Amino acid sequence: MEVPDVIKTIPLNWYIFFATFLFCIGVVGVLIRRNALIVLMCVELMLNAVNLLFTSFSAYRSDPQGQIFVFFIMVVAAAEVSVGLAIIVMLYRNLKSVDVGILNKLKW
Amino acid sequence: MLPIIVLSISGIVTLFLGFLKSRWILMPLTLLFILAAIVGVLLDKNGISPYAGAFPTMLSTDNVSIAFSGIILLAALFIVPLSRYYANQENAQPAEYYAILLFSLVGALMMTSYENLIMLFVGLEILSISMYILTGSDKDNLRSGEAALKYFLMGSFATGILLFGVALVYGATGGFDLHMIANYVRNSGNISPMLYLGLSIMLIGILFKLSIAPFHFWTPDVYDGAPSVFTAFMSTIVKTAGFAALYKILSVSFSDLYGFWWVCLAITTIATLIIGNITAVYQTSFKRMLAYSSISHAGYLLMAVTTFNAYSQKAIIFYSLAYALSTITAFGVLIIVEQTANDKYEAFNGLGKRAPLLAFVNTVAMCSLAGMPLTAGFIGKFFVFTSAADNDMVWIMIIAILMSAVGFYYYFRVIIAMYMRPAIESDVDNEVVVPGIYRTVLMLATLLTILFGLAPDLLTALF
Repeated sequence: MEVPDVIKTIPLNWYIFFATFLFCIGVVGVLIRRNALIVLMCVELMLNAVNLLFTSFSAYRSDPQGQIFVFFIMVVAAAEVSVGLAIIVMLYRNLKSVDVGILNKLKW
Repeated sequence: MLPIIVLSISGIVTLFLGFLKSRWILMPLTLLFILAAIVGVLLDKNGISPYAGAFPTMLSTDNVSIAFSGIILLAALFIVPLSRYYANQENAQPAEYYAILLFSLVGALMMTSYENLIMLFVGLEILSISMYILTGSDKDNLRSGEAALKYFLMGSFATGILLFGVALVYGATGGFDLHMIANYVRNSGNISPMLYLGLSIMLIGILFKLSIAPFHFWTPDVYDGAPSVFTAFMSTIVKTAGFAALYKILSVSFSDLYGFWWVCLAITTIATLIIGNITAVYQTSFKRMLAYSSISHAGYLLMAVTTFNAYSQKAIIFYSLAYALSTITAFGVLIIVEQTANDKYEAFNGLGKRAPLLAFVNTVAMCSLAGMPLTAGFIGKFFVFTSAADNDMVWIMIIAILMSAVGFYYYFRVIIAMYMRPAIESDVDNEVVVPGIYRTVLMLATLLTILFGLAPDLLTALF
């Protein structure tokens, strides 16, 4: 199927680089930040970078499957965040902190 | 398809059953629902289920997926009765636990029979999100909460990585259907480098979930902190479903790229075998040892995936079943011993005199995990090693055999503690009570372990 000219004004590669860049920010954030909430936000950033990538591939192929996948990711990410926030609240009640570094009860 | 529908509906029904005053009815009903799902699998197998061929581009059943579904449901059938102590606690909400268990089985079954990467993702997430909740279900216990947070952060990180890989594969091939990807790989003359990158990143995501070294670091903490019942669930059902998914995607979509991915998997296999077995030696807690043991068994299973020949399918299925049976037995014994003392090795001292039955089933389970002849674990290892030998992967095999020799040391430590050490003074007065339902489950699992060890053909004839 023919890709509309409006979409072609920005080359696909730019989307790929941008999404990869966002994804890398997310990965680095998960690895170096100590606050559980920030880590959660970085995971969300990773997922949304993937969403952007799916949407741009989908637009450049005129193929709706990629955008359908994005809906699935959004729903699952919402479920994941609700569970994650519940876990963080539960820990906060016990520890009065959301610092990941304080979690050291389990070590070998 | 039918078992997925049955389990989803029964999960919702179980949630409403939480309103009932009589809690005791929940466990028998959950078992009944799982049995109904097993019947559903059998109907699907024979093609008489009304949904047998529905949505063929999303989910499909073949002999392999049915075998994996069978193992998963059988393991669930054995694990649910073990939740007795846990679900009877004062502030427990058993209806929710059982409902989430049933929902997580839906995810596991989807992972065994997907035909489309969307279904893989949805199944994986249903399973993982349920496990995050169950890991943290012991709300007042700090260890459980910590395990839940670690599992959640690492799990969703892995999901993000997996999705990035899927996105790149989609960019290269233009589809999520497994056969469509396979067609692209087979027919396009020059494969886009994006596909190789996407496949590697996807593998990293899946290996993360399967706790393969070097992505295993979360496993011991999570398995140690979670309530023992759910640790048993994680180390059997999640592992089996994960390996089913990994084997399916590699065999259906990427079998033509074997030359590319076998190297990555071979390296991680060796790392997993060495790290899992060597670190297990240094543990002082039985539960943590089982966590490392589950890492090392993931290594043996990955070895069978790596060899990828006519034997490997049989090897993976048999090994998963043998491993699931003996791990469930070990955790069943651990749950009872935990009630009297703690999860350290010393808690097992003198168990041979205090509770001969427990000591016996645990001995059989340890022998099977270590790979002693006459148990199912030995046959499983034999199949795995045969499939490696058939591919001339002698060096992997030598490392695996050396590492299973290391395994004997830490598994037999428990047996020695049970039969040769006197019980600790403070524990002697605590009587070890084995409830009837535990006895049934443990005996049955032990019986199957020995039966499949003596006559593996009974099982291999089925698929």
